[in-house]
Amino acid sequence: MQLVLFHLMPYADLDLAAGRKNGTVWVTLPNRNFDPEKGHRLYNRYLDELEYGEELGFDVVAVNEHHQTAYGLMPSPIVTASALARRTKRARIAILGSALPLRSHPLMVAEEHAMIDVISGGRLITGFVRGIGAEYHTFGVNPTFSHDRFHEAHDLIVRAWTEPGPFSFQGHHYRVQYVNLWPRPYQKPHPPIWIPSQGSKETIDWASHPDRRYTYLQTFSPVKVVHRYLKQYRDTCQAYGYGCEDRQLGWAVPVYVGASDESARREAKEHFEAFSNVYVRMPIEMLLPPGYTSRESLKNVMKAKAQMFGEVTIEQAIELGLFVCGSAETVTKAFEGYWREMRFGNLLVMCQFGTLPADLTRANMERFARGVLPRLKALN
Amino acid sequence: MPFSDQQLELDGCRTHYRRGGRSSSDAAPLVFLHGASGAPVVLPFMERLAERFDVIVPDHPGYGQSEEPEWLENIHDVAYFYLDFLAALKLERAVIVGSSMGGWIALEMAVRNTARIGSLVLVSPAGVAAKGAEPADIFLLAPEDMTRKLFHEQKFADERLAMPVTPESIDLALKNRHTTARLAWEPRLHDPFLPKWLHRIDVPVAIVWGEDDQILPVGIAHELKRLMPKAQLNIFERCGHLPQVEKEAEFCDLVVRFACS
Repeated sequence: MQLVLFHLMPYADLDLAAGRKNGTVWVTLPNRNFDPEKGHRLYNRYLDELEYGEELGFDVVAVNEHHQTAYGLMPSPIVTASALARRTKRARIAILGSALPLRSHPLMVAEEHAMIDVISGGRLITGFVRGIGAEYHTFGVNPTFSHDRFHEAHDLIVRAWTEPGPFSFQGHHYRVQYVNLWPRPYQKPHPPIWIPSQGSKETIDWASHPDRRYTYLQTFSPVKVVHRYLKQYRDTCQAYGYGCEDRQLGWAVPVYVGASDESARREAKEHFEAFSNVYVRMPIEMLLPPGYTSRESLKNVMKAKAQMFGEVTIEQAIELGLFVCGSAETVTKAFEGYWREMRFGNLLVMCQFGTLPADLTRANMERFARGVLPRLKALN
Repeated sequence: MPFSDQQLELDGCRTHYRRGGRSSSDAAPLVFLHGASGAPVVLPFMERLAERFDVIVPDHPGYGQSEEPEWLENIHDVAYFYLDFLAALKLERAVIVGSSMGGWIALEMAVRNTARIGSLVLVSPAGVAAKGAEPADIFLLAPEDMTRKLFHEQKFADERLAMPVTPESIDLALKNRHTTARLAWEPRLHDPFLPKWLHRIDVPVAIVWGEDDQILPVGIAHELKRLMPKAQLNIFERCGHLPQVEKEAEFCDLVVRFACS
C-alpha cells in the first residue's frame, strides 16, 4: 500500500468561539479573525511537517485547495506544492486537487502542474476536484455549470499535456486559439490523476471509465460509506469490462496515534472535536448550492440533515470510522482490517486536524511512522 | 371566467400556463411573469386583474410545470423565448407585469422587441444593480428567513410558512431554485449590459416597489427611474418585496389605471 501524508493546513489559531458564533468558518467568517503573523508561523510549521513526512518514510505528501475559510489555508495548492518540490527529494507530491471549475482558465492549471512536474523531476500526482459548494458562493462561479466546466476543463488540460501543440480548442465554456504548452509535463503521457470525492455515482462512472482509470479517493466519510463507494467503483470497473487495480482506490482519513488507546483519545479529543464541530460545519444552503449535486442527491442530504449536521464527539467519530485513533497496535489492526475488506492501494492520513498543535502533530506522525506505516506498506 | 390550465409546445419546451378572466375579444391581454419562487397557485391579485384583463400566467422554462430545455443558459434565452410566446399566442399590445426575476425578463424582452408589448409594469424587478442597494443573498438564506424577508407584514409570512410541505412542493422548490441559480447566480440578479440599452424601451413603463423591500432594496427603484426617466415610479409604504400580495387592492388599481390610460 502507498502511504500519503495529507495536510489541510487549517487556521489552527482560530478563535473557536468566533467560529461557533458565526455558525461556520466558511464564506462569511470575517477575515479580521486571521492574524498574518500567526499565519506566517502556521504555514512554515505545516510545510515543515510535510517535509518531515518524507523523512519519516511516507511515499507521498499531499496538499489541497480551499478558498476563504479557516478550514484550510491553501487557496492555491500550487504555492505549497511548489515549495515542497524544492525541499523534498524522494517523496511524490500530490495536489488533491485543483478546483477546475473555479479557475477562469484551465490552461493555467495545465501550465502550473506541468511546471511542478518538471521542477520535481516527475514527482507530481495531479488531482482534480470541482471545489466544494461553499466555494461557489465565494467565487461567484455558477454551480449549475459546475459539472460541465469540470469536464471541459479536464479535457482541455489532458489534451494540452498530451497532444502536440499548437492546436485550437473551441469548447462551450473555454475557447483557446493556440494551445501550445511550455513546459510539457515530465511524466509520460502525463502525471497520474487522482479524483478526491465525497462519493457520487457520476464521479465514479467518470473516473473509472476505461479511457481514464483515475484513482478515486473517498474523503472524510464514515467507513461504511467508504466501503460502499469503493465497492461501487470496483463494480463499475467490472461493468466496463476490466478488473479494478488496488492503486485505483484510496481513502483519506484523519488519524491519531498515541502511546495507548486511552491517551490517544485524551490528547486528540478537543482538537478533533474542534475539527468536526467547528471547522467542518456549514449550513446546507452553503454546502450544496443549486446544481452542485443532482436534485436527488440534494434531497437525500436534506433527509439525513439532522444526522449530518449534529455535533460529533470523538467517540462517535471513532465508532463510525470517521477518525482512526488509538495506540499504534490498535490503529494498525484497524487499517489492516479495513484493507482486507476494501483493498485500497492508497491510504491518505491526516496527522494534523483542527487545532492539533505542533508537538502533538509531530508525536502523532512519529508514532504512526514507527508503529503503523511499515506494516501497512507491506500490505499487498 | 376562472383560470384554466393550458400547455404549449414552444422552442422545444413544453410550457404550462394558466389563463383566465375576460375574453381576448374584449379585453387586453396581461401576461404575469413570476419571480424566483414561481407561480404554483392562482393568487387573489390574479383573480382581481382577471376582472379587467385576459390574464395569462406562464411557468417560465425551468420552473413549475414547464420543462427544463437544454438551451436554457441565461436570462437572454428566457427573453427570446417569451417574445416567441407572445407571437405564438398572437397577443397584441400585451401588458407585461413582471415581479422580481419576472420583471428582469420583461426588461430584457422590451429592449429587444416591443412589437407585441403595450406597456410594462415592473414590480420590484431584478436586472439592474445599484450602488449601496445590495440584494439579499437569496441562495444563502435559510428557507424560513427567506420567506420572512419577503414581507413587511409578517402575517403574510406566517401564512406561507403554515402551508403544508409535500414531496411535490419540495421538488418544485428545488427545480425553481435550480433555474434561478442558472439565470441569476453570476452576475448576481442583474445583467451589467442591460442599462446600455434601456433607452430602446419605447412603451409606457410603471415601476412598483415596496419601501421596505429586503430582497431588492428600494434604492434599485431610484436607479431604474434614473435610467428610464419617463417611467412612472410608485413606492408603496409598509410593503416588502411582493406588493401584489401585500397591497393587493392598491396594486391592482394601479395596474388598471396605468394600463388602461
